[in-house]
This record gives sequence, C-alpha cells and structure tokens, in this order.
Amino acid sequence: MMLRIKRVPTVVSNYQKDEAEEGVRPAGGCGRNCLRNCCLPGAKLPLYAFKMVNKFSSDKGLVDCEDKEAPVAFLDSLLLGEWEDRMQRGLFRYDVTACETKVIPGEYGFIAQLNEGRHLKKRPTEFQVDKVLQPFDENKFNFTKVGQEEVLFQFEPSNDNEVQFLPSAPIDVENSPSVVAINVSPIEYGHVLLIPRILECLPQRIDRESFLLALYMAAEAGNPYFRLGYNSLGAFATINHLHFQAYYLACGNTLEDLSNVVSDSCICLQDNNIPYNVLVSDSGRRIFLFPQCYAEKQALGEVSPELLDTQVNPAVWEISGHMVLKRKKDYEEASEGNAWRLLAEVSLSEERLEEVKDLIFEAIACHIDDNKGVTPTLLEDSDVTQSLEDVDALTGSHPAMVPA
Amino acid sequence: MESQLGLIEQSFDLRYSGWVREALNELPDSFTITDPCISGHPIVFASNGFLKIFGYSKDEVIGRNGRMFQGPKTNRRSVMEIREAVREEKAIQISLLNYRKDGTPFWMLFHMCPVFSKEDGRVIHFLGVQVPIPRRPKRSVSTVVGNIGNLCENGARAREGMFRCCRREVCSDTVLELGRGSALDSVSSPDDREIDINEPCETSELEKQKANAAVSNVLSVLTHYSELTGKLVCGKRCCLSGTGLLGSSLNISLGRIKQSFVLSDPRLPDMPIVYASDTFLELTGYARHEVLGHNCRFLSGLDTDPATQFQIKEYIRTEQPCTVRILNYRKDRTPFWNLLHISPVRNASGKVAYFVGVQIDDSCKNQEEHGLSPQRRQLSVVGAVKVAVRSLSMGASSS
Repeated sequence: MMLRIKRVPTVVSNYQKDEAEEGVRPAGGCGRNCLRNCCLPGAKLPLYAFKMVNKFSSDKGLVDCEDKEAPVAFLDSLLLGEWEDRMQRGLFRYDVTACETKVIPGEYGFIAQLNEGRHLKKRPTEFQVDKVLQPFDENKFNFTKVGQEEVLFQFEPSNDNEVQFLPSAPIDVENSPSVVAINVSPIEYGHVLLIPRILECLPQRIDRESFLLALYMAAEAGNPYFRLGYNSLGAFATINHLHFQAYYLACGNTLEDLSNVVSDSCICLQDNNIPYNVLVSDSGRRIFLFPQCYAEKQALGEVSPELLDTQVNPAVWEISGHMVLKRKKDYEEASEGNAWRLLAEVSLSEERLEEVKDLIFEAIACHIDDNKGVTPTLLEDSDVTQSLEDVDALTGSHPAMVPA
Repeated sequence: MESQLGLIEQSFDLRYSGWVREALNELPDSFTITDPCISGHPIVFASNGFLKIFGYSKDEVIGRNGRMFQGPKTNRRSVMEIREAVREEKAIQISLLNYRKDGTPFWMLFHMCPVFSKEDGRVIHFLGVQVPIPRRPKRSVSTVVGNIGNLCENGARAREGMFRCCRREVCSDTVLELGRGSALDSVSSPDDREIDINEPCETSELEKQKANAAVSNVLSVLTHYSELTGKLVCGKRCCLSGTGLLGSSLNISLGRIKQSFVLSDPRLPDMPIVYASDTFLELTGYARHEVLGHNCRFLSGLDTDPATQFQIKEYIRTEQPCTVRILNYRKDRTPFWNLLHISPVRNASGKVAYFVGVQIDDSCKNQEEHGLSPQRRQLSVVGAVKVAVRSLSMGASSS
C-alpha cells in the first residue's frame, strides 16, 4: 500500500510549475534561458573554485593562504552580493526582510516569522511519502529547468590547490559543475540551493561526494551565521533533484568577538598608559577589566601607612576577592571592611572611570549600554554564543565585582 | 513680521527660563545668538558688548541675519566657510572683516559654535562671539608676546610648545604682562582703522583665548538657564545613547565588514550617521566622533551636483535602492568621485530601520579586487548589513 499526502509544494524557482501546467515544449529551445541543451551552450556563469584542503587541521592558524583576507570572506561576499543583486532585479516572490520575525521568549530561543507570501494558495499536489529513494523523473520539475538568472555561480574544487574566482566561466557540460541557485521563496536573507553536479540529474539522495561538497561550502563561507540543511524525500523535500539548502541567520556574537572587544580595550588602556588587570571566568563567558591606580598612589605617597604595612599588592587575584595576607594579624582581623578599604584605594575615581570608559568606547567604536548590556536572548544562548554584557563590568568600587 | 518677532521671542523663552537675557548681558563679551530653525537664520539675541562694538541698537539687529555686518571687502571665501560650518553644524574660528553701523570696517576673530539640545542632539542655536583684533605693527613685540601666550595659557598646550612648561606662578605673571601689553597696543594707535584692511589680520593667542573664554561663559549661562526649563542644552552634541548608537552586537558584526560604508537612521531628526566603518574613516579622513550624529551631506561640497543630491533624497523617500556617482570631499577638502550605493535596511519588525550607504572611490585603480566588480562588492556589503541588522534585532528587548 502506498502512503500519500497532499500538500502545496514550496516554489523554489520562478520556472517551477506543477505537472499539469508543463505543456508541450517547443522543439528548438524553450526560450527561457534554462540549463538544458536548448539554452546551455555558450552560457557562462561565475565560477568559484574552492581549495580542497583539510580545513579542520588548519583551523588553529589562519596560515593556510598567503592572502588571509580574500578567501575567508570571499565566498560570503560573492553569495551575498549576487543574492542582493537578484533582490534588486525582483527575482524573489517577496521581500523576506519585510517579514516580521522575532525570538520567542523562553529557554530555547525559538524564532517565529510571519511570512504570508511563501505559501501559495494552489491546489495541493500528491506526494508519495513511503519511499525515501525514488528515481529521477525528467518530466517533473528539476533544476535544469531554472532560468540562468536564478543561478548565482558554479561551485567547484580548484585544480591547483588555490582559491580561484572567474567572473564569467563557461559551463563544462561533459563534467557537470555544481551550482548555487536562489530559492525564490526564501525563508531568510541569502537563502540558496546547492545543487551538486546539476546536469547529471541526480535524485534526492545523499552520497559521500555530495555531502563533502556541502561541507566545503559551509567551511568556505567562513561565516558563523551560515547554515546548511537537507531534506530527504518523505521529510518534505519538494523536488526530487539532489540539492542542499543554505541561508544566513545571525545569532549573537562569538567567542572571537568577545575576545576582540576585550583585547582592543586592553590595547587602548596600554596605549594610554593606564595600568589594568583582567579576569576571565565562567569558561570564558565573563571577562572583567579593571583599570587601577594603586601603584601610582603608592608612588605619590597617597596610600595610608596601615595599608602599606599589610604589604598586599592588589593584583588580579586580590581584586577578584582572593586576599593573600602576609601577617597573622591581618589574617585574624580580616574583614570585608578591610578588604574594601584596600580595594577603594585601587580603583579610579568616579570621574576618572567615566573618562577611561569614554576612551575605551571611542577606541572600540561601540557604546555598550550600561543598563541593558545585551538582550536576554543572547544571554540564554548556551555554549556557542558568548555574552558581551560583562565586558561592561569595568569596575569602580562596586560591591558586585567581588565574587561571593 | 510680527509672527517672525514672536518666533524670535519664543526661541529663547521656550528654552531658557526668565532673566536669561539679563544674565547674558552681565557678560562683557560681544556675542550674538542665532536660531537656524527660523527662516532666514536670524539673530535672536545680541549682547550689549556686541551692540557697543558695532554701534547698533538692539532693535536694528534682532531678527536680521549676520550677513548685515559684512561688506564689500569682507572675504567671500571666509563667509563660505562660515556657511559651511553652519550647514555641517560644526564650530569654526575665523578672522573676518565686519562693518560697523557707521560703515567703518574692522577685523575681528569670529568664533561660532552650535548649541545642541541635550535630549535629541539637534542644533537649537548658533552662538557667535566676536573678538576685535587690534592692529599690530609688524614683526614686533606682539608676535613674541603671542608665543609666550601660546606657552602658558593652559598646561596641556604648553607641553606641546617649544619651551617646556614653566611652573604656574611664572605662567600667570606672563599672562598679566600680556594683558597689559595688548591694552597698550590698542591705546597707542587709535586711528589704526585706516591701515590697509585688505591684509588679513593675524590673530594672536590672546584673541583665541578671549573667544574661547567668552564661548565657555555664554554656554555656562545658557546651560544653567535651560536646566530650569528642563530643556537642556549643551555645547557638545551629546552621545546619542539608546536610540542613536547601535547596540554592541550589531556594532561588532558590522565591524567584520571590511569596506567603506555608513548606516544612517531615518527615524532620527536629519537622518544622522549611526555607524561608520573604519574603511570609511580612512577614505574620508575623518575621525569617528566627527562623523557620528551628522547627516552625510558633510561629504558634499562646492562642486557637488545638487541634482544628484536631490535624486538621493527621492530614492530615500521612496525607500528604493539606488546607485549614483557623486562628487564628495575628504576632510582635507580634496575631492573624489564617489560611486555611492544606498539601500534601505529593514530590521526584524519588517520596517525600514536604516539606510546603508556604500562608498567606492571611483578614482581608485584597483577596481577588480579578486574578480568581484565594485558593484558586486557594494551589494555584498548591503547583504551582510541586512543579515546583521535583521538577525540581531530579533531579540525580545529590541524595539
């Protein structure tokens, strides 16, 4: 017994029609500038040739290529630039950025989007859902029938171990290239289809070579917001022609971002001759930056003799609350009051702290709102994304700074 | 005319509490306050010091534009520079030839600065201070006096000067001598007005110091009297925190885009820049704080085609992307052809939140970078910005 469902398939190409509408094709070319023999000869598309190096082993150092800047950002720029171009040419069925979207409040950060344009009010088509593997059917819609304007570029491995880009390369019919095409009903900005070896008309099923291609694309994009996906038949793949999908979804800042903000702040302090301490805690999720002036006060004779007598030099551990005392008397009389008295001498005055903060914010070119920090969602994102809120924790003599 | 006068009265009365005019007139300096929001940019206040120097009565001056004090020998270039400063809402200090009521010309150091509303950063008034420049005989004591003045007027500047800064006591003595010196100067040559006025006058540090002090005093009074009405003013455009500047996540994501671009906020008055990339600052020669909070029109200049500017305005109004080629000027006033692409950027609400402007220096020879045409590179910036703005505004607490 065959299991079937009826649903309205998503339209991913402007040339996608259901079977009833196909009709008879004129013999001498369809005039639609597609990718079949009728229109393909002489056609040219940009070609991005990626380097087939084992990316994971070289992840630690970006020393893969002499020109660090170009390849890492490049596929990204190409894809976004081509996509925006098609946007402005009106090839998409609707402007996905005009669709309201939000993060659903709660633990997991689900995202909801109101997209009324994606769904077509058409007669539903029948899909057989109990066979994940089905043979390719030439009569049904497939990606060789898309218009060439919907294809953004060819995506192929490079011959000579270097990234190459050709703005206009012929399409090798004998050795079918893989291509990246737009999804005209995008779920988000930059929604594309990766179609391995398009002219070979492979059915929707994963094989090693194709999957590797997809992974190379994810790696090559070099963008933490780039997401790649696959639907098998029976799991709501619309078209039985091998394809992956990809798009961009930014979801907060990365560890690197946090690191850059903090190190840029430190560099700013250094360059301005302001001594400071840094504390990293919570597996790198919280970073405290403490500008201090105890030594300066000591040199100018402005520290009280009693404090000097304890001989405690307030470095990072002391400022974080770990007081290592040299005299038994100090240990026995250790109190919060005493600890605060020391720390009060360490910290800058209110005015000076504001000045230093302004200095840093100017240097790192952003203004971190004291009260809001980052949005609750970003805080909730667990291991992957990092919170910037605590970079803001520049200390004054704020009680909250000392861990319990 | 009555409604105009009414507006002029209100210009002060709505912003500052009563007695502000009296307080201002307690200052000895010569200054005027103008309102750029009233048609004709008229004077709304003229100090007694001003009226004395120029020989006018209050009624002859209030409601008039500052150009009434210019005359045939006033340098047009200087006037243009002042106009530009007004347009760009920036301060300027420039020596200018003005004419008294009796027609006699005299040189003065004109120091103008905007007065900002503290809450939304708009320019409320312009303050103009006039410090007359006494005629000085050439290459004499005055220039030496000038240098010493340079040395000691405040500690910071002194460090930069040729001589290491002396102790405070020495400084103040010298300044006193300075004061006496210049008084002598003006007394000794009462009819110096006849001396060739075509020569631009050299200002010494003393005039600059006087101008700065006057500005500071006037701003103090204005700030104080605006506190009482609750409509605070300040001398600096205050950091547009909250609505103005972008959140840190967005700032950081945008920082990854290594091309010249700016983001402007159409929901704020005069659509100011709220983000400028490092590459943009390198291209134009400005520092970030000089750019944030200002409308991009400061990039245009004398030979910029107004038709192009109008075109841009139209596209922005209709929220359409556009590409134009416009003549822009760097901070050092060198011109460059800017292949500018502007596109609306929506946030998670689906509405237009910003406009992104991507600049390409058309005179630059390395156009085909890695094979991507300049137009494609511009579009890639637009795409990256759209992704960042949309995604990062999805959080629950975004507006």
